[in-house]
Amino acid sequence: MLNNFVMPDLYPAAPEIFLLCMSFLVLFVDLIFGATHRGLAALLTVVTLLGCAAITIVTADGHTALTFSNMFVDDLLADFLKLVTYLAVIVVLVYSRQYLADRGLDRGEFYLLVLYATLGMMVMISAANFVTIYLGLELLSLSLYALVAIDRNASRATEAAMKYFVLGAMASGLLLYGMSMIYGATGSLEIGGVAQAMHHGQSDKTILVFGLVFLVAGVAFKLGLVPFHMWIPDVYHGAPTAVTLLIGSAPKLAAFAMTLRLLVYGLFGLADDWQKMLLLMAVLSIGLGNLAAIAQTNIKRMLAYSTISHMGFMILGLMSGVVGGVVDPFTAVNAYSSALYYTVAYVLMSLGAFGMVLLLSRAGYEAENLDDFRGLNQRSPWFAAVMLVIMFSMAGIPFFVGFFAKFAVLLAAIKAGYTVVAVVAVMFSLVGAFYYLRVVKLMYFDAPVDSAPITAPMDMRILLSINGVAVAAFGLFPDALMSLCTTTLLRSL
Amino acid sequence: MKTLYLLIPLAPLFGAILAGLFGKFIGRAGSHVVTVLGVAISFVLSVIVWKDVQAGHTFNGSVYTWLETGGLTLEVGFLIDRLTVMMMLVVTFVSLMVHIYTIGYMADDPGYQRFFSYISLFTFSMLMLVMSNNFVQLFFGWEAVGLVSYLLIGFWYTRPTAIYANLKAFLVNRVGDFGFLLGIGLIAAYAGSLDYATVFAKRNELAAITETVTGWPLITAICICLFIGAMGKSAQVPLHVWLPDSMEGPTPISALIHAATMVTAGIFMVTRMSPLFELSDTALSFVLVIGSITALFMGFLGIIQNDIKRVVAYSTLSQLGYMTVALGVSAYSVAVFHLMTHAFFKALLFLGAGSVIMGCHHNQDIRYMGGLKKYMPITWITSLLGSLALIGFPFLSGFYSKDSIIEAVHASHIAGSGFAYFAVVAGVFITAFYSFRMYFLVFHGNERYDQAPPDPHHAAHDDAHHADAHDTSHAKGHDDHHEDHGGKPHESPWVVTLPLVLLAIPSVLIGFFTITPMLFGDWFGGAVVIDAVKHPAMAHMAKDFHGASAMAIHGMMTLPFFLAISGVALSWFFYIKRPDIPAAILKAAKPIHTLLENKYYFDKFNEVVFAAGARVIGHGLWKVGDQVLIDGVMVNGTARAVGWVASVVRLFQSGRVFQYAFGMIFGVFALLTLWFNRA
Repeated sequence: MLNNFVMPDLYPAAPEIFLLCMSFLVLFVDLIFGATHRGLAALLTVVTLLGCAAITIVTADGHTALTFSNMFVDDLLADFLKLVTYLAVIVVLVYSRQYLADRGLDRGEFYLLVLYATLGMMVMISAANFVTIYLGLELLSLSLYALVAIDRNASRATEAAMKYFVLGAMASGLLLYGMSMIYGATGSLEIGGVAQAMHHGQSDKTILVFGLVFLVAGVAFKLGLVPFHMWIPDVYHGAPTAVTLLIGSAPKLAAFAMTLRLLVYGLFGLADDWQKMLLLMAVLSIGLGNLAAIAQTNIKRMLAYSTISHMGFMILGLMSGVVGGVVDPFTAVNAYSSALYYTVAYVLMSLGAFGMVLLLSRAGYEAENLDDFRGLNQRSPWFAAVMLVIMFSMAGIPFFVGFFAKFAVLLAAIKAGYTVVAVVAVMFSLVGAFYYLRVVKLMYFDAPVDSAPITAPMDMRILLSINGVAVAAFGLFPDALMSLCTTTLLRSL
Repeated sequence: MKTLYLLIPLAPLFGAILAGLFGKFIGRAGSHVVTVLGVAISFVLSVIVWKDVQAGHTFNGSVYTWLETGGLTLEVGFLIDRLTVMMMLVVTFVSLMVHIYTIGYMADDPGYQRFFSYISLFTFSMLMLVMSNNFVQLFFGWEAVGLVSYLLIGFWYTRPTAIYANLKAFLVNRVGDFGFLLGIGLIAAYAGSLDYATVFAKRNELAAITETVTGWPLITAICICLFIGAMGKSAQVPLHVWLPDSMEGPTPISALIHAATMVTAGIFMVTRMSPLFELSDTALSFVLVIGSITALFMGFLGIIQNDIKRVVAYSTLSQLGYMTVALGVSAYSVAVFHLMTHAFFKALLFLGAGSVIMGCHHNQDIRYMGGLKKYMPITWITSLLGSLALIGFPFLSGFYSKDSIIEAVHASHIAGSGFAYFAVVAGVFITAFYSFRMYFLVFHGNERYDQAPPDPHHAAHDDAHHADAHDTSHAKGHDDHHEDHGGKPHESPWVVTLPLVLLAIPSVLIGFFTITPMLFGDWFGGAVVIDAVKHPAMAHMAKDFHGASAMAIHGMMTLPFFLAISGVALSWFFYIKRPDIPAAILKAAKPIHTLLENKYYFDKFNEVVFAAGARVIGHGLWKVGDQVLIDGVMVNGTARAVGWVASVVRLFQSGRVFQYAFGMIFGVFALLTLWFNRA
């Protein structure tokens, strides 16, 4: 048996391997120095992520490399998404440092779990096989379940973790069931193999579509699309804000990669079917997300519903690739890159929005209600301006990055002939503008109820400022990021 | 060179930002140093660019592509040719003079830094406007100068009259901008590009198109729409009503914005668009008629004004009419030539008026001046030169440009040119009359400065001025102004008189030296396109032109010269020799005076028809559209819908896991059902 074993090429998976090794180091360091040097684990985690970034950049040669018996792929898309993921996780760590320290949560296990969650995302991003996707997804999800419950004594957090776990397990079940159906119909677990088998047309369409429904359900859960969205408000609300920040940002990139790899790379033959399913869920998500967000008084819940609508928008781009069963490579790349652009833009905005919630929180005080933003302009004009930029961008007001993201997605939808859908989406985002602008109104026109000085550390202030400026700057120079997304996809499809 | 081009508008912008945002930190002196330096850099660089363009290096290219959408490219780009470079020189030079002058004029105003920030911002916007190579940037500059003009007219924002005036300017300009935007929209729709060069390359195709809805020739529609924009900005009848009121702003900006540069943006724009305007005789006739009406009738109004700034303002209106007339007869280079000479002598006259106002302790009424000649010698001599240039006295700059306009109209045969010729010739007499009426009343005759009644204007102004005079030492140079109007007039400080002298030089000389290359040489090259077959006015003039001195000597024997001289003589007779005559005439011709007093009832008309009409429509829309449809159905309807959805969502978002799980299962079943019933 041993003779048949061929040593796989480890080179494409170098960042993952590095991260895994470093996680052991973090574990040991925390074990030995954890009690005396509290910041060490955090520092090491950031160093690890920077190291991963360096490795990813060095090993990125623009070619697509498969390894581990075609289970793992390293292409430009993976490199790009991983780099954004590292960046997002680093930002999360910087934003949440003080918050965690104030609540005694900055223990080694937090950083370890964040590292494993990151590893899970990286595996999902690089997956070329159903099994790898599942592996990555579970690694990510299990880490997140634990992270949500990391504040063991908070009943709201443990409840949220429990719900997340139960529903997540069910979604994994649906996904696995769908995968097994597809495997049954095509005889392959490899994404490339599935695509090929369908291309040759020997597989049973009924079984394929049956499997597809479950697959789409699993994906939709991860993205949080209606009606698989119910966990989002409860988990966003229940989890400690630092964890919400993590859940609300980087995993969206992994979920995007998973969706793209499963549906576009693997099941492109069924594009007509899954596009319609996604369309249905996208419209529902945009509608429900925007309407329900208006009724919220808790900003974390409000942002949770806004996530649902944003993901609906992203999916709108993803489902515009194929027009009436005809594949035009140009349209397809345009549509998928608009979705990628939207995801990256959303992560940027989401980091900023939750970062602002963290900024206003302090020891013994959770600034998670809309009222906490009242009169922010009087307390800190600069951060009120940052929040203003983020809210305007999320509402899709020109000229911030959110506007161009929506614009690109809607343009793709219109090109694909979904004009009515695009109009509906715009109407709902108009309704949605209400709750974003309400935050602005509270900040600028109301008197503050909370007048405590903002005590956030300098590194967070600087990074949050950069975050806000980036939201504005990418809006002024939209082409930079857009062409990056297009090139990435062109060279990875 | 590209960096240099970029630096020219950015230097004043940088100054504006520093003075505007950090004015408190860098202080008063810091503010004027950075802004003057910024504009001075621009001016020096403009001179360098001018030398470069002289050597034949024109430039047309984009600097930065902002975004591409649906085939349209929006970019920042520069078109540097001789027309542009001339405008750049005029704008930066006059702006520099005004910056320096402001140091003295605004010395004890609490809004000192703000003022410098605004005028530098204006310089930036104006430069962006003239340097643009595409319509988007042109429109940006156009709106930006409008904005700064609005801000500056209302600079003393505690005065109700200033707020009224700036609102009026803003609204009237909106009307013009609407036309302008329509014109740009038509170009974008039919030419598919907003780049000048691309649009001009397609001009023959555009000329062949007929607008589908109205049946008008497209090119005429485009040109008239664009010209409506120019009418707003360059204050042509009937969109002129804002300009006299804009005198509520501080005098330096009246000189810079409302006389020398911004109001000439329309003239510049039409000249830039000459390849399009040349294709439409209808549009040119329209331009010509509007211009002649403005030139003639606005001059009449100048005669009865008593506010020194308003007299100059009406003369600006009338001179803008002259420029427009020149555009109408396809003498674009003459229009721009007059624009340039006018910029110098009108800035000079305005700054001179400002100096007089300072000298008379912020009294602006010329009935209470008189005999200032001996108190303010520099202001006196420079104002005299400016007035002579304005009335077109031979050898001075105004003579060359104005006489060329008259000649061009004379040589033209386009519809409306007969009336235009009458208007511009009669205008010469009127210009001479009101200019020297003001000159004599201010500088000669009896000293009446001690008869001034207390003026509420002054009180308000004084409050704004001296709110912080107690705790600062900046008010030093102006300390003696605090008394009432009755104090003795005095000459202004050197920062005020230096710009006067520097502006007087080009006002006198520039026409003589530049007429030959600008009008009859190939100065503008490809920047101005004239269809010589259809519009031969310029060619006719070139035939009769034998050099600048010959023109001046010949000019002394022509009708306009005699009209100008008789205008001066008549005003001398009326206001120095027999001051009782004007009063008698006033009594005899009461109805005409009333008509002029009310400015031909344009304001009244606007108030009754447009303002009241808008209020009626607005009221209707408010009652029906807003309260019933929008508030009732849309807003409250939406709110109810939101409330309903939220309650439903809350029902499902119960926090119970099994319900959530049920939701998911339901979703899967729904999808399955849908898909298998379909298949």
